[in-house]
Amino acid sequence: MTVETVWFVLCGFMLAAYVVLDGFDFGVGILHLVVARTDDERRCLLRSIGPVWDGNEVWLLAAGGSLFLAFPRLLATSFSGFYLPLIMVVWLLLFRALGIEMRHQIDNVLWKRFWDVAFSGASFLLAVFFGAALGNVIRGVSMGADGRFFAPLWTNFLVGDQTGILDWYTVLVGLAATTALAVHGGLWIVWRTDADLRQRAAQAVRFAWPLALFLGLLTMAATLWVQPQVLRNVSSYPWGALFPLAGFGALAYARWALGRGAFRPAFFGSTGYLVGMLASAAFGVYPMVLPARDAALSLTVTNASGDAHGLEVALWWWVPGLCLALSYFWFLYTRMPATFSASDEDAH
Amino acid sequence: MDALVIHRLQFAFTAGYHYLYPQLTMGLALLIVIFKSLALFRDDEVAGQCARFWIKIFGVNFVMGVVTGIPMEFQFGTNWARFSEAAGGVIGQTLAMEGMFAFFLESAFLYLLLFQEERLGPRGHWGAAVAVFVGSWLSGYFIVCTNAFMQHPVGHAVDPDGTVRLVSLSAYLLNPWAWVEYTHTMIGSVVTASFVVCSVGSFYLLQSWHVEHARKFLRVAVPTGLIATVAVAFPTGDLQAKFVAEHQPVTFAAMEGLFDSAEGASIVLIGQPDMETLSLDNPVEVPKVLSFLTHRRWSSFIPGLKSFPQEDWPDNVPMLYYAYHIMVGLGTIFIAIMAVSAVLLAAGRLFASAWMLWILMLSLPFPYIANTAGWMTAELGRQPWLLHGIMRTADGSSINVSSGNVLFTLLGFMGLYAMLSVLFLLLASKVILAGPTPAEEAHA
Repeated sequence: MTVETVWFVLCGFMLAAYVVLDGFDFGVGILHLVVARTDDERRCLLRSIGPVWDGNEVWLLAAGGSLFLAFPRLLATSFSGFYLPLIMVVWLLLFRALGIEMRHQIDNVLWKRFWDVAFSGASFLLAVFFGAALGNVIRGVSMGADGRFFAPLWTNFLVGDQTGILDWYTVLVGLAATTALAVHGGLWIVWRTDADLRQRAAQAVRFAWPLALFLGLLTMAATLWVQPQVLRNVSSYPWGALFPLAGFGALAYARWALGRGAFRPAFFGSTGYLVGMLASAAFGVYPMVLPARDAALSLTVTNASGDAHGLEVALWWWVPGLCLALSYFWFLYTRMPATFSASDEDAH
Repeated sequence: MDALVIHRLQFAFTAGYHYLYPQLTMGLALLIVIFKSLALFRDDEVAGQCARFWIKIFGVNFVMGVVTGIPMEFQFGTNWARFSEAAGGVIGQTLAMEGMFAFFLESAFLYLLLFQEERLGPRGHWGAAVAVFVGSWLSGYFIVCTNAFMQHPVGHAVDPDGTVRLVSLSAYLLNPWAWVEYTHTMIGSVVTASFVVCSVGSFYLLQSWHVEHARKFLRVAVPTGLIATVAVAFPTGDLQAKFVAEHQPVTFAAMEGLFDSAEGASIVLIGQPDMETLSLDNPVEVPKVLSFLTHRRWSSFIPGLKSFPQEDWPDNVPMLYYAYHIMVGLGTIFIAIMAVSAVLLAAGRLFASAWMLWILMLSLPFPYIANTAGWMTAELGRQPWLLHGIMRTADGSSINVSSGNVLFTLLGFMGLYAMLSVLFLLLASKVILAGPTPAEEAHA
């Protein structure tokens, strides 16, 4: 295994960690207005992610920074090529953060309603955007001969050679991601709250789950059609089929566990689904890191990576850094209350 | 408007705006540790209440820093793609380290610091304050290390295709420019925090509000302010200028307004640079002092701007000159303010000196201006280089991003940040007007 492939896996791991962790923050946001009806309930939902949302978001920055050092050409090409949606994502992250942190600062009905909508709306749009981003990476971009591209927000919504950010495929992936994260966030609420909140969240999950399953399967079928590399990889390495199998299995398990009242396993089931889907995507496009519609122009693990010495040396600090980071997460998550109740007094 | 100009404007605007928040975060993190240490180790109840008050301000300030900071990491790739592709293997190291080491630490303990004092107990809460302080100061180091590499590349090699690759991680991390820049920058942030704390304390004292707490604010922030305002000038500012003189002589000449080479060069106090005649209007100079400060010899030689090819000059000499002089001018005034305040404090007369309290109160915006001017000096001084001696700014931008698209995002940032300013001022004022006195006593 070359050091470039090691970093492909590590960056994949960090992105997966981001999706799993900030994913439930987005999911809580998506369901926020629907599941939480009273002021106490809304405060409760925000408290349930309060201690961890910022740390969860840091995985995006850690992944971005690592992408920078390991695959500078990928970072430069994709970030400038996806310029508009990326900046919009940054703006949405701003609104989402404010939505969480501003709400409790002033005790006024209009203030709180505004930030509730900001939090929920931003979370929903972020799920759609990130899903569409993944779709763009899988589908491939209209790379120019000079190794650069610039994706307009849309072209003709067809998956052809002139691609835009939004076409039927990336919108599909965006919707699949949103329903998946709604399930994920819903299962977090079911696990970590009680009473009416838990009940309504369970209802929301029962509603969203078949949608997530259907859209997930549809996306998988569409992916096989849109990105030929996936089938090639599965034929050469049949064990790769385990990723989507395990993913959908985990999604099924999550629904079953919910029905049995096993809330923590249910949440880990939806975690398994997200990881399975992301691993499938990574496996499907490997060794490309940014496919191009003209396959010869694709960015790969080899042509987009940084110098080997830098990659090797970075492992020496990255591994201890990861251990430290995991210890903070363990410390924080184990100190959190087991249950957040809307009827908690002395809660901010 | 040329796309390059808008790329530069956007980075300058978003970075400059962002830094308004971390400079308070980092300096205040230290002051909070001081208040909490007094509370824990000297059983100082009032200091504990002061800590609680400043933690509230810290919380609002921190979230603004986070939301304005995220665009910065992305902006290397989005707006400076050619630079990122060439240098990512090196600067990606510290940008990734910042996420791994600093951000995880800060974010993990911030919530505990803001909301879990009771559950943690005094020692645990003190620990959380220390963790946030360490996290934020680590963050500063990684960013400064990245900038220091751009100013003074070390530990690298340049391939024939223009790729800059890492040769020695330790050389990169221990770049001497980074040490100097870091200490200077961090002490600059302590200057900001000290003045902010003094300003709020003076605001209270002048109206006889929260008198006990206000006095505590001043008793902590005047000594830290005195140490910081002196140290930011000497030795750190002095060292930084010496580094510039040695490794970036063009920049040095430009920022000092030295057009003509001289032995025994004068230091310019005031004077407007005229780029047509390449001279200063109505200069007030002190002979030989620049040579002495730079080389410790009254008659040492300092090359002037005219002795370098014009294509290597910073592209905005007057802006650089003013940024530098504003920073140094304010820095000198800060030392005077803190020195007089310290003398009055030691003599037990500060709290009754209305005129001094007025000065402290009104000083609040000026450290922000000085810190911003300092960063402008560094980055305008770096021009025309993006990576000094290796890549010019004009060759580093994302050429696939047209001017229309950058202008769209620049306007978007400006609008959003205007909104953030209003929110921040609203919430900070609310905390300040509520004051540090615990509710039960306030109503007594």
